[in-house]
Amino acid sequence: MSVLVENHAGVLSKVAGLFSRRGYNIHSLTVGVTEDPEISRMTIVSIGDDYMFEQISKQLNKLIEVIKVIELSEESSVYRELSLIKVSAENSNKLLIMETVNTFRGKIVDMNEKSIIIEITGSENKISAFIELMKPYGIKEIIRTGLTALQRGSKLED
Amino acid sequence: MKAAEAVIQCLKEENVNTVFGYPGAAVVPIYEALRKSDVKHILVRQEQAAGHAASGYARSTGKVGVCIVTSGPGASNLITAVAAAYMDSIPLVIITGQVKSTLIGRDVFQELDITGATESFTKYNFLVKDAKSIPKTMKEAFYIADTGRKGPVLVDIPMDIMEEDIDFEYPESVNIRGYKPTVKGHFGQIKKIIDRIKISQRPLICAGGGVILANAQKELEQFVRKSHIPVVHTLMGKGCINENNDYYVGLIGTHGFAYANKVVQNADVLILIGARASDRTICGVKNFAKDADVIHIDIDPAEIGKILNTYIPVVGDCGNVLSDLNKEIVPPQTEKWMKEIKNWKKDLHIERKPTDKVNPKYVLQTVSDILGEDVILTADVGQNQLWCARNFKITGNRKILTSGGLGTMGYSLPAAIGAKIACPDKRVIAFAGDGGFQMSLFELGTVAENNINIIIVLFNNSGLGMVREIQDNKYPGEFGVNFKTNPDFVKLAEAYGLMAKRVENDSEFNGVFKEALNSNRAFLIECIVDPHEKTF
Repeated sequence: MSVLVENHAGVLSKVAGLFSRRGYNIHSLTVGVTEDPEISRMTIVSIGDDYMFEQISKQLNKLIEVIKVIELSEESSVYRELSLIKVSAENSNKLLIMETVNTFRGKIVDMNEKSIIIEITGSENKISAFIELMKPYGIKEIIRTGLTALQRGSKLED
Repeated sequence: MKAAEAVIQCLKEENVNTVFGYPGAAVVPIYEALRKSDVKHILVRQEQAAGHAASGYARSTGKVGVCIVTSGPGASNLITAVAAAYMDSIPLVIITGQVKSTLIGRDVFQELDITGATESFTKYNFLVKDAKSIPKTMKEAFYIADTGRKGPVLVDIPMDIMEEDIDFEYPESVNIRGYKPTVKGHFGQIKKIIDRIKISQRPLICAGGGVILANAQKELEQFVRKSHIPVVHTLMGKGCINENNDYYVGLIGTHGFAYANKVVQNADVLILIGARASDRTICGVKNFAKDADVIHIDIDPAEIGKILNTYIPVVGDCGNVLSDLNKEIVPPQTEKWMKEIKNWKKDLHIERKPTDKVNPKYVLQTVSDILGEDVILTADVGQNQLWCARNFKITGNRKILTSGGLGTMGYSLPAAIGAKIACPDKRVIAFAGDGGFQMSLFELGTVAENNINIIIVLFNNSGLGMVREIQDNKYPGEFGVNFKTNPDFVKLAEAYGLMAKRVENDSEFNGVFKEALNSNRAFLIECIVDPHEKTF
């Protein structure tokens, strides 16, 4: 779900606190400012049924800083995640790795004799697939940001 | 003016004329501003009592209750009272002092992150970082506390900010982007309700604390009169309707009346108004009103559908929704249903086992019979609470104040103080057990100092009666609930300057109670109760 909040100190902690207090899980959470610097957008992925989603959005709406809660369904939204992956790369397999990176439209952002860092964006599935393909070479470190998303079409109706 | 003076000026703008408080270093600047103003300050004996007193004040007047305490331990002592207000949706504005803004986060003397600590049980809280924002902050605090689903709002003010100079201008209005409570019920939903009620056979209204908070008793009474629908209520809903009304059934829930619970189980349409279907009320989701279509009217959309599957939800203030319903309601035929209910009511057993000590149920019935209409009764938590709820009759303007949601022992005495200060012309009686009384007995000092003319009825059964009852019912007898050593409560009250008497059996009570009523003084009546006396 996409949650628009006032960009106040402590809002992230409030939302996280709400989830933990009520026993809802946070699969992933990303947050950043929007086109309005006083408003931030949080993208929260949570796993549960309809009842849980209804309760989560109602409890979120009760928070004074929360302006709007939108359910983002896969069909009507664009989902993206970013990942940085540090892969062991000997000179012999650097070219092979670079071919895979290009197929996935990723970028190499750091390189030395022992390893390379690859930046890749895309859907959760695409990133997971790429990581699988990198495993045989030896993955040193990964960071994934978690999903962020926007509804397709024109700006939110208000 | 100084920011501290601005705070007091804001209170005056909000029509606050009384605050309950306990000063400390961090709030001295505010107390200087209080000294110069005509706002009445009631000094309590412990901060938790300031919170409960503000709660009693708010519930008696319908206004926002205000308390002022210092930083660190002052604020943390208040935490229980804030949580209690949150659970019962009582509008409070709590002002806490805080250490100097430049020192926050360095573990200085009497520093505590009160905004972090109370986050989960305040409706909202503010840590003031800019003295100029104080008028806007206070206006927003009162607005948030007193609108939508009411609740406590905390304003934490660092002491250096209190000393800054600001220009005072009280905002005309408040606009909070993320907070726009719905008070008017959707007319389409209201029409659906009217249509459903029209064809119902066994409709039932269940009123909760929301009806009291919305001051919607008149609208409810009119709705009952027009619709011929019987009424049950939750513990917090006691006071929603005159209990002499023909359609009044009774208290439901874990400690309610069996016949009232039976009525709920047999309803085909259940109209839940201003009630949140708490576990105490429904005692088990699966079976509660399982054959009924539930119509849920509440100001908090999060409560609708949280526990019960709702057939028709309506978000709105109960007074507004009831008024709208009253315009169009078509009464169903309920004579047969009412006859059934009256028959079940006959099954009510009057629990007056003979006892050689005082029977608390008899005491409550006597108090109920003797007193007039302008009465505020405060109950503590436990057996005494249920004896009050089950045996005191609501008529006229009678109110009963108790901590239902959090169930905080020690609530009764300070809440009675708040109520009497709010309504000096009303008769205020505080009931408590010896357990709950000892949690706030230090407030006898506040009672004596301010000549607060209340009657305290203390049910002394030498221990924690409700826990004892649970242990007797489910476990091999009582453990850890006995007060083997209790003080002589009569001497204790007299030491504080109150009048006091001990009552050992029922026949003595009537005379002593009348003596207390005529004394025009603060009076404590200690009633010796059998430790094995049960709730029902």
